[in-house]
Amino acid sequence: MFEVAVAEAAAERGGSPTCQVRDLGRMRYAEAFDLQRQLVEQRKRREIADQLLFVEHPHVVTMGRNGHDDNVLASPEVLDRAGIEFHRTDRGGDVTYHGPGQIVGYPIFDLREWKRDVVAYVRAIEQVLIDALGEFGIESGRVDGATGVWTDAGKIAAIGVHISRWVTSHGFALNVDTDLNYFRYIVPCGLTQPVTSMRALGSAATRNQVISAIERSFGRVFRCQVLHSHMENL
Amino acid sequence: MIDVVMPQMGESIVEGTLTKWLKKAGDRVERDEPLFEISTDKVDTEIPSPAAGTLQEVLVEEGKTVGINTVVGRIADGAGAASAPAPAAAQAAPPQAAPPPTQAPVAPSPVATVVEETAGPLSPLVRKMARENNIDLAQIKGTGIGGRITKLDLDNYLAQRSTPAPPAPAPAPLPPPVAVAPPPPPPPPQPQVPAVQAQVNVPPPPPPPPTAMTYGEIPSTRVEPMSMMRQKIAEHMVFSKRTSAHVTTVHKVDMTRIAKLRDKVKGQFQAQYGFGLTFLPFVLRATITALRQYPILNASIDGTNIIYHRDINLGIAVALENGLIVPVIRNADEKNVVGLQRSVVDLAARARSRQLRPDEVQAGTFSITNFGSFGSVFATPVINQPQVAILGVGSVDKEPVVVDDAIAIRSMCYLALTFDHRLVDGALADQFTGKVKAVLQEWAEEIL
Repeated sequence: MFEVAVAEAAAERGGSPTCQVRDLGRMRYAEAFDLQRQLVEQRKRREIADQLLFVEHPHVVTMGRNGHDDNVLASPEVLDRAGIEFHRTDRGGDVTYHGPGQIVGYPIFDLREWKRDVVAYVRAIEQVLIDALGEFGIESGRVDGATGVWTDAGKIAAIGVHISRWVTSHGFALNVDTDLNYFRYIVPCGLTQPVTSMRALGSAATRNQVISAIERSFGRVFRCQVLHSHMENL
Repeated sequence: MIDVVMPQMGESIVEGTLTKWLKKAGDRVERDEPLFEISTDKVDTEIPSPAAGTLQEVLVEEGKTVGINTVVGRIADGAGAASAPAPAAAQAAPPQAAPPPTQAPVAPSPVATVVEETAGPLSPLVRKMARENNIDLAQIKGTGIGGRITKLDLDNYLAQRSTPAPPAPAPAPLPPPVAVAPPPPPPPPQPQVPAVQAQVNVPPPPPPPPTAMTYGEIPSTRVEPMSMMRQKIAEHMVFSKRTSAHVTTVHKVDMTRIAKLRDKVKGQFQAQYGFGLTFLPFVLRATITALRQYPILNASIDGTNIIYHRDINLGIAVALENGLIVPVIRNADEKNVVGLQRSVVDLAARARSRQLRPDEVQAGTFSITNFGSFGSVFATPVINQPQVAILGVGSVDKEPVVVDDAIAIRSMCYLALTFDHRLVDGALADQFTGKVKAVLQEWAEEIL
C-alpha cells in the first residue's frame, strides 16, 4: 500500500507520524460520507495513516444523532425548493448547514496514537482553526460550553465528531465566504447567536490559502507530518 | 455476568450521556460489536461490547447522563450460565476471531476501566482548597468543563456549609416512627435539651448530604436534553432580561365599541375573506398609530446610540408545540385591519407548519404577544431584543364597570406594555399605551 509505505518512510526518517491530506473539492455529502466510512475501516485495520480530508459540499443541512427536528426551521419541502439536501448522520452535535464557500475538514485520526481523549481532540481541532484564522489576522477563540470557534461577530466554525474504536470521523466546517443566509433555515432567527465568515470579517483569503494554513496548523497542533496525496491514490 | 460501564473518554471527562442503545435487552451481542453510543461535548462515540453474550439488563436509559464507570448494563456470557461475576469485563469472553496481526493484543476499546473514586483531574488550586478546608470532593458536583470541580464550586460548597442548616431535617438519629405510642418517657430531670443537640458530643456528625442534587440519579425523574430551539429561547430570554431594564405598565381598555363592531361585521368578514376577525388586528392597528406618534418605542439601542426605524415591522409571538417564534409583519403601517388579520392568520399557520421564510422572522421593530387568547388577563412579557418594548394583550372579558356613576357591563381588556427603562421613561410609556387605548376606545375606521 502506498500509504503505509509513506508512513513507514516517515517513521524511518525518525519523523513524526504522518497525516495524509486530500482535497476532494466539491463533493456531495453522501459520497463524502461513504468515503469517510471506508477510510475509517481501513484506519481501524491500520492499513492507512491518519487522513485529513478537505471537501466543499453543495447546500446540505445535516442533523446529528442527538439533533431535534424542531431545530430545522424549514420543512423538507421548503429545503427541497431552496435546493438544499437534508441528511441525518451519526456525528455529535445538533443540526448544521454546509455549502459553497465553506471548508469542511474530516480528520480520520486514530486517537490511540495521539491521546485517548475525545475532549482534548475537540479542543485541539479548535486550536488548529484558531491558529489558522490568526494567519489571516482574524482573532477567534472558544466559548465555554459551546464547542466551535467563535469571533466577536459570531461563530465562524462548527465542530461535530463521531468516534468508533478511537478512530474519528466527521470534523469541522469553517466559513470562508459562505452565504450566511443559508444558516437561517436551521435555527429560528432572532433566537440564535450569529454566524459569521472570514469574508464577513473582511478577509479576502481564498479557499486554497485557508486550506494551506489549516494544514500547517494541523501539523503543529497534532505534531504530525502533513503529506499530500491525490484521489488517484485511493 | 459482565458489567458494562460508562467509559472514560478522556482525562478531563467525568460523565457521559448515553444517547442510544444499539442493542435491546435480550439481544445477542458479539465482543467488540457496537453496543451503545455516548455523547460528550459534540462528540458521539460508539462503544463496543466488552464481551460476547446476551445483553441481560439495561440499567441506564437513553438520554441519561451518568458518571464514568457507572454500570450501564449487564451481559450474560455466551454459555448463558450465570457464573460468578467476572473480575474484569474485557477478559471475560474469548475473542471471536483472531485479531489482525498488526494489532496490539490488548483490546483497544475503552470499555473496561478500573473503577476509581476521583472526580476527574483537579487543578492544584482546587486540591489545595479541598485539603485546607477538609472537603470531601466526592460530595461536590463539578460545574466546570466536563463536570470538573472548579474553585467556584468549592466556594459555593463552603458558603453553604457555613450557613447553619435549618433545624427541620435532622440527620440520622431520630427514632423510627412506631405505630403504637410508646409508654411516656420519664420526665426529664433537666430542662429538655433538643435531641439533635444532645447528640453533638457523641460521634462526629455525618457529613452534610450533598446539596447539589444530580437529578439524573433520582429514579422518579427523567432527564431529557433540551432541543436547540429550547436552548435558543432560554438563551434569548435570559439575554433580554440581562440587557434591558424591564418595566411593565398596565392599562385597562374598554373594548366594548370594538366588540360591537366586530360582532356586527364578523359574519360578513368571514364570508368575504375566508378567515375570522379577532380583536388582535384592532390592537395592532392602534399600536401602529401610537408607534407613529412615539417613534422611540419603535427604536433599538446600539451602545450609546438610539437607532430609530423608519419602518414599522410588528413581531407577533406565535406559540408552537414546543416553543415559540416571532414572525414579523413588515411595513405593518401600510395595512388596514383586513390586511393585518390576513397577515396574522398566514404567519401563525406557516409558523406552526414550519413554512416561514427566514426573512419573515427578522427585522421586527416592536412585538405584540396575545396571551389573552390563552385566557391570561395580564402578564409581564419579556422584550424581544434588540427591540425596546413589547405589548401584551390580555383576554377581553365582560365586566361590571362604573360609567357615569352607574354600573354598566363592558368588554374590558388589560394591555400590558413592557418597556426598556434604559430608553423609555414611565411617563412616555404611559402616553404611548394611553394612545393605544384611546384609538381602541374611540375606534373610527371602517372595517369592510
